[in-house]
Amino acid sequence: MKFRSVFEIIGPVMIGPSSSHTAGAARIGRVARDLFGRQPEWARIHLYGSFAETYKGHGTDVAIIGGLLDYDTHDERIKTAFEDAAKAGMTFEFIPEEEEAEHPNTARIVIGDDKGEMELVGISIGGGTMEVTELNGFPLRLSGHYPALLVVHDDRAGVIASVSNVIAEQGMNIAHMEVGRKEKGKMALMVIEVDQIFDETLINQLQSLPNVTQVSTLAN
Amino acid sequence: MDILFSSVKELVSLAESQNKPISEIMIEQEVLITRRSREEIIAQMDRNLTVMEQAVEQGLKGVKSTSGLTGGDAVLLQQYIASGKSLSGDLILDAVSKAVATNEVNAAMGMICATPTAGAAGIVPGTLFAVKNKLNPTREQMINYLFTSGAFGFVVANNASISGAAGGCQAETGSAASMAAAAIVEMAGGTPQQSAEAFSIVMKNMLGLVCDPVAGLVEVPCVKRNAMGAAKALVGADMALAGVVSRIPTDEVIEAMHRIGQTMPSALRETAKGGLAATPTGKALEAEIFGKDKSIRDTVKS
Repeated sequence: MKFRSVFEIIGPVMIGPSSSHTAGAARIGRVARDLFGRQPEWARIHLYGSFAETYKGHGTDVAIIGGLLDYDTHDERIKTAFEDAAKAGMTFEFIPEEEEAEHPNTARIVIGDDKGEMELVGISIGGGTMEVTELNGFPLRLSGHYPALLVVHDDRAGVIASVSNVIAEQGMNIAHMEVGRKEKGKMALMVIEVDQIFDETLINQLQSLPNVTQVSTLAN
Repeated sequence: MDILFSSVKELVSLAESQNKPISEIMIEQEVLITRRSREEIIAQMDRNLTVMEQAVEQGLKGVKSTSGLTGGDAVLLQQYIASGKSLSGDLILDAVSKAVATNEVNAAMGMICATPTAGAAGIVPGTLFAVKNKLNPTREQMINYLFTSGAFGFVVANNASISGAAGGCQAETGSAASMAAAAIVEMAGGTPQQSAEAFSIVMKNMLGLVCDPVAGLVEVPCVKRNAMGAAKALVGADMALAGVVSRIPTDEVIEAMHRIGQTMPSALRETAKGGLAATPTGKALEAEIFGKDKSIRDTVKS
């Protein structure tokens, strides 16, 4: 089921004009910021398909920047997101792409600061609902329906087991899990959607596991 | 499985077998899926209803979009209704004007509730606030109107599409008008099956509707398509309440909508490259709004 809640159909409450081009775009930006874990200093945003064609008129650009500033879909400040970004010290660039993407509303967001970089591909699937389809080069399907953990780790035997053990010890149920790696023995990624909201203890425990390099979270 | 229904057939049979309105089945499913309390869910829908109410009020006072393409038509329609000269009927025109009011607010970067999308946000509240004057519903019944609309929209979103870019305008205003028709039937005292018939009758008359926004904006022709969607919703609801049925079952109509959407060329799916957007006037308006060099790929730097 792509859509789970009635509030994805009757909702979101949002600043106009387009749910897929404005609200969905704001959510993609906000998820990117959540996963990055802090305010990025710069952002490079590639737009594809209908996003590339119509982003100005739909306010897709201000919406994504608003999301990167942690604004919700109904935050009136979306309208002043460009000015707000300047005040927050974030520079940005929009690059409309000719290339065809798999989904007509696709954004590739590259964000970073002096401590690191992150690259995320988000698609806006209609009515303000979005999915993350790629993170740092790893293909995945992250719906944002559930609270999610993203664990970057070295591709070693037993890491997946130790991570899922920690989650099990907290009495948490895994709703959906994906694992991927770029190359055998190199960097790997786990995306774990869970049924319950998790706390700092869990994240700290995961971070202290051997071979785990980074843990990001996405609360529902 | 953590869901009660994924098709209209299942939805209607649940409502019939348990002798409950469709809105109630939607509320129960929401509790099941989100594990939130019933009170919390109803309170959220109540807040959405308030947002819709405020958008209608704001639009009826008169707004203008930043592009200048839309605004003020809701006021014109209310003045015309007041003149007593309406041919199609005051209730239908009231729904039309309130649908337009919401979309004019949306185009002006105002706050709205997407139903199921922002571009189609006028129809569900427009019809609701028009039939309110006729049926005098309680606040609870008005909230249920939104749950019933949502139940049908849920099926469409999961089996077809509610996005113009994916499925054309039939997926947006088509879904919205059909959802509204089903909800009107419930509020007017019709059966769950009659809601489904109303949905089918309206959806069948929105099939093939392309998404061709001028300059890529959710303004032209979207605002007027919301207007006519609201009118169709009311007529479709009346037809179902009169006992008219759809020869093609609802789920098959939804399936047909999905297939039509998939076979539509991309020029007619929100790319602003075909249909009304590609008319000489459509192109001239685009050039006026975005400057003549819009076709040249640009890079915006902060």
